[in-house]
Amino acid sequence: MAHIIKLREACKVYRLGDISVEALKKVDLDIDKGEFTAVMGSSGSGKSTLMNILGCLDTVTSGDYFLDGQNVNSLSKDEYAEIRNKKIGFVFQGFNLLPRTTALENVELPLFYSRHINKNDYNSLARNALIRVGLEDRMHHEPNKLSGGQQQRVAIARALVNNPAMILADEPTGNLDTATSLDILSIFQELNAQGITVILVTHEPDIAKYAGRIITLRDGIILSDEKTGDTCNAGEDRKRMLTKRLKEAI
Amino acid sequence: MTLGNTIKISLINILKNKTRSLLTALGIIIGVGSVIVMVGIGTGSQEKIKNEIASMGTNLIMVFAGGQRSGHGVSQGAGTSVGLSLKDVERLRREGTWIQAISPFVTSNAQVIYSRNNWRTSIQGVSAEYQAIRNYNLSSGAFFQDTDVAGSRSLAVAGQTIVNELMPYEDPLGKQIRIANIPFTIIGVLESKGSSGFGRDEDDMILIPYTTAMNKLTGTTYLRSIYISTTSAGKIEAQQNQITAILREQHRLKPDDEDDFRVGTQTEITERADSIGSTLTLLLGSIAAVSLLVGGIGIMNIMLVSVKERTREIGIRMAVGAKGSNVLLQFLIEAFVLSMLGGIIGIAVSFLIAFILNTFTELTVVIEWSIVSLAFIFSGSVGIFFGFYPAKKAAELNPIDALRYE
Ligand SMILES: Nc1ncnc2c1ncn2[C@@H]1O[C@H](COP(=O)(O)OP(=O)(O)OP(=O)(O)O)[C@@H](O)[C@H]1O
Ligand SMILES: [Mg+2]
Repeated sequence: MAHIIKLREACKVYRLGDISVEALKKVDLDIDKGEFTAVMGSSGSGKSTLMNILGCLDTVTSGDYFLDGQNVNSLSKDEYAEIRNKKIGFVFQGFNLLPRTTALENVELPLFYSRHINKNDYNSLARNALIRVGLEDRMHHEPNKLSGGQQQRVAIARALVNNPAMILADEPTGNLDTATSLDILSIFQELNAQGITVILVTHEPDIAKYAGRIITLRDGIILSDEKTGDTCNAGEDRKRMLTKRLKEAI
Repeated sequence: MTLGNTIKISLINILKNKTRSLLTALGIIIGVGSVIVMVGIGTGSQEKIKNEIASMGTNLIMVFAGGQRSGHGVSQGAGTSVGLSLKDVERLRREGTWIQAISPFVTSNAQVIYSRNNWRTSIQGVSAEYQAIRNYNLSSGAFFQDTDVAGSRSLAVAGQTIVNELMPYEDPLGKQIRIANIPFTIIGVLESKGSSGFGRDEDDMILIPYTTAMNKLTGTTYLRSIYISTTSAGKIEAQQNQITAILREQHRLKPDDEDDFRVGTQTEITERADSIGSTLTLLLGSIAAVSLLVGGIGIMNIMLVSVKERTREIGIRMAVGAKGSNVLLQFLIEAFVLSMLGGIIGIAVSFLIAFILNTFTELTVVIEWSIVSLAFIFSGSVGIFFGFYPAKKAAELNPIDALRYE
């Protein structure tokens, strides 16, 4: 399978006055289309830095990044914006939904900035995305009237709506409890089963085990990169957990 | 491509933050409102003055004593100046071919007493023809006749203010008043003209025969001025020239002597009043324009704060694919729509204020559509001009920095 992501000697240096922090040190990374990858590592190891670069929110200081075979280093700000719009869906730990804006309107947002989509399709596309994450009955709710898990599902629907080739999620379950986390993970697994490349950052090995591949970072270098043969199913685990809890309660 | 969407986003944002939007637009509302009202007041008083001058009488020519104010500001030498006299009036009446009516004019201020009330006012000595020259209508009584003038009779035609001040509850006709201690009988009351655009009360005066005025009040033989009405409105310059020629001859001026009198026409006065009015309008307008400018700066101020406050929003938009140009346009349109909205509300407010002023005060506010459209266009430009800087700041943000902004 073709590499959707190809990173060569990617470095990221943050400069704060005289001090410079090397957040990524010559990272080489290949990710195939349709892979489900978890990025792990301790705090400050460079996970977010890596994700921002992969998500075209930020650029490498040196090295090369090929996305879908295209070297994005030479692209302009506007071309970056277009790639973010067309090819990438980004999910944040803090959801990053627009306040006082309904779920549906939040999901429509990427469509507004897309050249190729007909205005008349905005509504149906956004609805479909919300249906895919199981939120059809909360479409007209504003973020502050939704639970954390629901907000994150809106964010995932927003990431999905433009039919991106890959979804990047930086600690999407960081603010959620275990059951809700499993719920969100099962959505990612479903999307992945439909062919979307998923990369997610997490602290917790319990979450990473649902990915087909686990990359561990430390101090800006890749410490390990392993494919897990047999992945768990988040949806079933969630059911099992809830049943177990129910039994214990009884 | 997404212009329609951007406009929609801007409108949604404006509607979602009604208070902020209103506050932003407030400066423009006040600015536009005051520009229109101020200029309206200026135009209103200008028109009022013009109407007043027109009502002074058609084909009016006035001759004033004293030389033409030349560029050097030098008037006639004291020895040569004889002013205007009754001889001038007679000669003009004899030789002026266009002259329809003519009246000498003398004036002085004097204390007027009626029973316990007294009032200081302007006493104007004129001929019987003066009524026709000035288009004066009487609300009651009659004007004095030529015979009254010839007989130096002590008759008075009072302005409405005099009646209000001295005998508000009585019928003034036939009442005895004392002007500078000389008894006069009121035989007529002038119709009220209201206060003039110059702020002078046109009703605050008493007309008496000029003969009486010269003999009993002023004691002088010189006239303040001569009022003439002419037969046809055209050829006013020819008329002016003829009058000048007659008076120069009468005053025995040598060809290189300057005039020791001044001939003024109504057109001239209208023009002068017009220029005074324009200056007033300009002054009021520019004061108001400054407030519009301040309103624009207000928009910039709030838009800048708004960019800061909405940094995360901008970050989110950029993360899902908004380009710098989309963000720029969004903020620009927001500023533009806000100031246009402010403009529209400001126009509405100005109409309301104009209505109130016209109904309840002496002021006349005349709103011209040219000013309204100008203020409207100007408010839109203010929005674009002052919205640009904050919008550009928003557009230049980096998505990552914007998202991380707390
Ligand atoms: N904008 C920035 N300016 C300066 N230094 C930064 C910036 N962003 C990140 N860094 C530094 O880069 C290093 C990697 O940061 P990064 O956010 O990628 O870590 P992380 O693995 O995501 O950590 P966490 O698990 O806590 O989110 C850290 O040492 C951090 O201090
Ligand atoms: Mg991080």
